[in-house]
Amino acid sequence: MPHDWLWETVRLLLYLVGLIGFAAFNAAYLSLLERKEPAWFQLRRGPTEAGPLGLLQPVADGIKLLGKQLLVQGGADVLLFKIAPVAVVIPSIMCLVLIPFSETMGARDISLGLLAVYSFAAINVLATMLGGWASHNKYSSIAAARVVAQNIAYEIPLLLVIIALVMVTHTFDLREIVAQQAGGFWNWNVLRFGASPLMPLAFLIYFICMLAEANRAPFDMVEAESELIAGAFTEYSGMGFGLFFIAEYVNVVVGSSIGAVLFLGGWHCPFGLLPGLHWFLIKLYLLCFAVIWVRWTFPRTQIYGLLNLSWKVLIPLALAHLIVTAVTVKLV
Amino acid sequence: MSIDDQSIHAETFILNLGPQHPATHGVLRIKLTMDGEYIVDAEPVIGYGHRMHEKMGENRSYAKFLPNASRMDYVGALLNTHCHVAAVERLAGITVPERAEFIRVITAELNRVSSHLLWMGAFLVDLGAFTPLLYTFDDREDILDLLESITGSRLTYCYYRFGGVCNDIDDDFIAGTRSFIERMRSRMPMYHSLVTENIIFRKRCEGIGGVPAETCRRYGATGPVLRGSGVCYDVRRNEPYSVYPLFDFSVPVYPEGDCMARYRVRMDEIVESLRIVEQALERIPAGPVMAEKVPLILKPARGECYFNVEAARGSFGMRIVSDGLDAPYRLKVRSPCFSNFSLFRECVRGTLLADALAFLGSLDLVIPEIDR
Repeated sequence: MPHDWLWETVRLLLYLVGLIGFAAFNAAYLSLLERKEPAWFQLRRGPTEAGPLGLLQPVADGIKLLGKQLLVQGGADVLLFKIAPVAVVIPSIMCLVLIPFSETMGARDISLGLLAVYSFAAINVLATMLGGWASHNKYSSIAAARVVAQNIAYEIPLLLVIIALVMVTHTFDLREIVAQQAGGFWNWNVLRFGASPLMPLAFLIYFICMLAEANRAPFDMVEAESELIAGAFTEYSGMGFGLFFIAEYVNVVVGSSIGAVLFLGGWHCPFGLLPGLHWFLIKLYLLCFAVIWVRWTFPRTQIYGLLNLSWKVLIPLALAHLIVTAVTVKLV
Repeated sequence: MSIDDQSIHAETFILNLGPQHPATHGVLRIKLTMDGEYIVDAEPVIGYGHRMHEKMGENRSYAKFLPNASRMDYVGALLNTHCHVAAVERLAGITVPERAEFIRVITAELNRVSSHLLWMGAFLVDLGAFTPLLYTFDDREDILDLLESITGSRLTYCYYRFGGVCNDIDDDFIAGTRSFIERMRSRMPMYHSLVTENIIFRKRCEGIGGVPAETCRRYGATGPVLRGSGVCYDVRRNEPYSVYPLFDFSVPVYPEGDCMARYRVRMDEIVESLRIVEQALERIPAGPVMAEKVPLILKPARGECYFNVEAARGSFGMRIVSDGLDAPYRLKVRSPCFSNFSLFRECVRGTLLADALAFLGSLDLVIPEIDR
């Protein structure tokens, strides 16, 4: 039917515009939350001047960034330098396309959704490395080397946890995974003790790896402002820097969304009442809040501390979880 | 953590750390020869903030140099000025009334606490934790308010004069200081549970930036750096000056020599300084705060003297040579940061960049004091 085809195209386009808007809105207001939240922790007020309660602060930040010149300093690889910020944002937004926001919302469901999300997430690392390397700056080069080591180290426990989860759910389809968790918080994967008694630990591993994947403190080796100035982003100005900034927050949103979908029952209510988009958003922003909370509580780890944590603690634990899950799935 | 000989000959690159870098807290430049993230050599380049303080001391009268002393180590300014006035008083044979000495000790120890609080916040920023900075600044603010009420300034004090202090303390100051001591003591457990016990903080500090006592001796390192390496040397105890011998306080010493030891020394010193202030407030005698008949233009007899005090960063000394005129013939400053920083190059070889910056932070450098 030609009409179905047309309708599907229009629907996808609308979703895409909506998701870009969602990404931009989140990047803007998570950056405000990133300033307001520590302000509460630190007995100050945060931005108050721009708009009521400082609510227009992200707008002011955006205008400032747009007004700045994009400088490319001598010796930089101009093409790669300019591609990198774009290449870091697009995969993050692509991940959002695959996320089921509610029973009826979601741009595209594909049966391998979970795999697709992590394929896109991997491009992000490449783009950050590209930006650092193309900058022709020693601090940026160090950061580029760090980002690779860090992401290799943290993708392994992350994917091990997800493999174990897929063994339980028997599907890569994100919508199907959420549907299995209906009926109350005791059905959520994070408390699915029937599948593996280590499920809460798996969620914790997921959360730590998510912080590391999104390069968030205490694992912000790529930026590490007291060591590497601004790491891979040192040479970027204006919206070039702004795009990296947006990508960081979109990654937090994506990571938190996947966390909510995989472990916290997605759009389902904890008590089996009124499922819907609002529950998904509540879970999403609680996780985002926790991500910011962690950043303003802990010092930065050292690069080898970070790798040790991954290779000596998280990977063995994730493997143990995988084996326990495999045995339980086989027995039950 | 050490690198073998082979890798030293591998391809290295030069990394200019500074003069403007978030972790150098001032215009300090360190030319790092790096092998990947390992440091092969670190050549400090200092002098960006050189203001010829010593020369300025020689071409102006003694009194006109008073504000200069507080502009070297501006974080612990009163301790520097204490050294300067005490050196001149010894040279000119001025006796200071006891009340003035008590006031000097009270204000200097408060200044030491504020300096250590500032250091703690800045050190944690170096380690990537921003929040503690605002907590320590909150406490430090109380000290600055107290000192402002009697000295008139908040950072670069010029409060001590030859023969005493320029302004007597009042009841408000005494009450305020007492309540501050209470508050600060109640805050210490919070700092220990939030920072000292933090697992990431401990991992970043324990065993990092090791300085053997022997290295401290060779480079003349003093203060918390030396005491963090297990040597019990405190000018207030070993070469007592002012009214310090009257007070009961202990000198914290930790033998490990790492960043954690230096951190613990400073944290304990905050508590000890509070004890000194508390005792001084109880025992402060009545009387004048200024010696009588101190000439407006000092002309000490020919001779020289060296005086050193325990500043927040170590032994701060001044050697003043007088040829009988109204300005010193020579004024030499011994700055603790200069000596403490000198050992950086030797101790930092073979460490990782991030550890080197933790080490640099734990030395508690005030760059204008190195450059003078």
